[in-house]
Amino acid sequence: MAERKRKLDLRRSLARTALNIVLVGMCAAWMVPTVGLLISSLRPKELIALSGWWEAFRTPLRFTLENYVNVLSRANMGTSFLNSLMIAIPGTLIPICVAAYAAYTFAWMEFKGKEGLYLIVVALIAVPIQLTLIPVLTLFNRLGLTGSFIAVWLAHAAYGLPFSIYLLRNFIGQLPRSMLESAFIDGASHPTVFFRLVLPTSLPAIASLGIFQFMWVWNDLLVALIYLGGTPDVAPMTVTMANMVNSYGGGWEYLTAAAFVSMALPLVVFFALQKYFVRGILAGSVKE
Amino acid sequence: MKLISLLVAVTAVPALLTAYVYLAERLISGKRQKQPTAGGGARPWLWLAPAFVLLATFLVYPIINTIILSFRDARATNFVGLANYVHVFTDSGMLVVLRNNAAWLIFFTVGTLGFGLLMAILSDKVKWEPVAKAAIFIPMAISFVAAGVIWRFMFEYRPAGEVQIGTINAALTALNPQFEPMAFLFDTRTNNVALIAVGIWMWTGFAMVILSAGLKGIPTELIEASRIDGASELQIFFRVILPLAAPTIAVVATTLMVNVLKIFDIVYVMTNGSLGTEVIANRMYKELFNYRNFGRASAIAVVLLVAVAPVMVINIKRFRESRKSHG
Repeated sequence: MAERKRKLDLRRSLARTALNIVLVGMCAAWMVPTVGLLISSLRPKELIALSGWWEAFRTPLRFTLENYVNVLSRANMGTSFLNSLMIAIPGTLIPICVAAYAAYTFAWMEFKGKEGLYLIVVALIAVPIQLTLIPVLTLFNRLGLTGSFIAVWLAHAAYGLPFSIYLLRNFIGQLPRSMLESAFIDGASHPTVFFRLVLPTSLPAIASLGIFQFMWVWNDLLVALIYLGGTPDVAPMTVTMANMVNSYGGGWEYLTAAAFVSMALPLVVFFALQKYFVRGILAGSVKE
Repeated sequence: MKLISLLVAVTAVPALLTAYVYLAERLISGKRQKQPTAGGGARPWLWLAPAFVLLATFLVYPIINTIILSFRDARATNFVGLANYVHVFTDSGMLVVLRNNAAWLIFFTVGTLGFGLLMAILSDKVKWEPVAKAAIFIPMAISFVAAGVIWRFMFEYRPAGEVQIGTINAALTALNPQFEPMAFLFDTRTNNVALIAVGIWMWTGFAMVILSAGLKGIPTELIEASRIDGASELQIFFRVILPLAAPTIAVVATTLMVNVLKIFDIVYVMTNGSLGTEVIANRMYKELFNYRNFGRASAIAVVLLVAVAPVMVINIKRFRESRKSHG
């Protein structure tokens, strides 16, 4: 009996060790590409091209911030960082404001054709934005908006709407009926209920959605590429970086630092607000 | 100047929308008795109007217009029937594009699901689960463009005999001195695999997070009971966990498929579709901006729509079912 137990324990601990080894291996495999680039971005230009990043820890240690200084001052990344903010903040705020009204309407008002309209919104979530590029670009050209921030704000607002309405409706629809009804009985109007009751209680959902949408817009390349037309003074970091890859494909001292400048904000957001980000992803994909 | 317009945008839009709703409310309640909970009337439509104007202008109308354009010529002037579609399905370059998208669809979806499931199951059994998950999830937070730069550096190639600064070539030559360094992104045998690997690296965290939430919903008593009945871990996985997690896996799979069909950034940054790596979205971009052929670009976009249509139907069905079960 004791013998058998010892064998079982041994097998358990062996399995546990194997499990940990596999997990550590996978995590390492997932981290190495990013870590390698980060270390390279801190090495002097000549060394990046001369030896692999793993050689960086051989003495004498030679690390520098020169690549970052160069990229921010000369390679237009400073302006691009600002442009990315210019695009991402309204590109997050506008769709959420608009979606909140629609979500509240779908959740708490009755009207003809509600079900059908909502199904269209759900169907639009999956539509590839490629289907809209030509007509929208034509429209922006006609209005003279191509190359302006307003164009990308409007585009991101519209593209983000179906998912935003869906996510917020799920949340707002689950608020207790009694809470809203008693407010109406007290004589509150719809705007009052919406601004005083629904919006404050929906803040966790809005936070999740906000982070999600912000990351999406911040990391977007296609929308900016098409509606901003690649002029450097409005280009966000994704566009500037894609251009850098094309123009100095092997200029690793620029590319490594540029990549990290563009990753800095999403990574901070991710680590600070991981819970909300994950919750947003879950809310969007799992059955309500 | 930029900062001023940013400030205007972030303050004016919410302010205008708030004013709009209160104004609408006054107009409505001025006409009729106040009946906030009653159905019908203009209120729902006024509340939906901002969303519907945006959706109609930037999604619904453009989709219809694109479908019409796909039957017209390069400059969108003359009707050409199915000529653009004939081109899409017969042109040799387009056939490579369709083949690549099929490869992406299969290998990306299977690979991402597989690694995601593996991570969800394994990380659940260790104490450092949050750390392990964060490591896998981080790529999800960065842009495809940054990921493209990261992986170009991983795949960096130098001719044999020189110092390899790309991690993969360096590792392979270190393991096997006979190994001939490869230009993974330019070698037609490996370039598509290399690109798909980048996609899997980015999206595994997404699959893992959702699958992990689904797996945690499976009652532990059920698994314990099968263990006591003498089932092996593999049997438990295939007979208990997998069937119960099937709906979650289906959700992840459909989301991955929608996203992989329109994949654009990775290919744009890493190879720009050269050497047989082009996919639908990149081809459309080229037809639009390099060749200025609106008809063909539209037809390619419509093919994309047809490809995601089944997923749209599944989403609607799933939504209706959850409606029924939740009342």
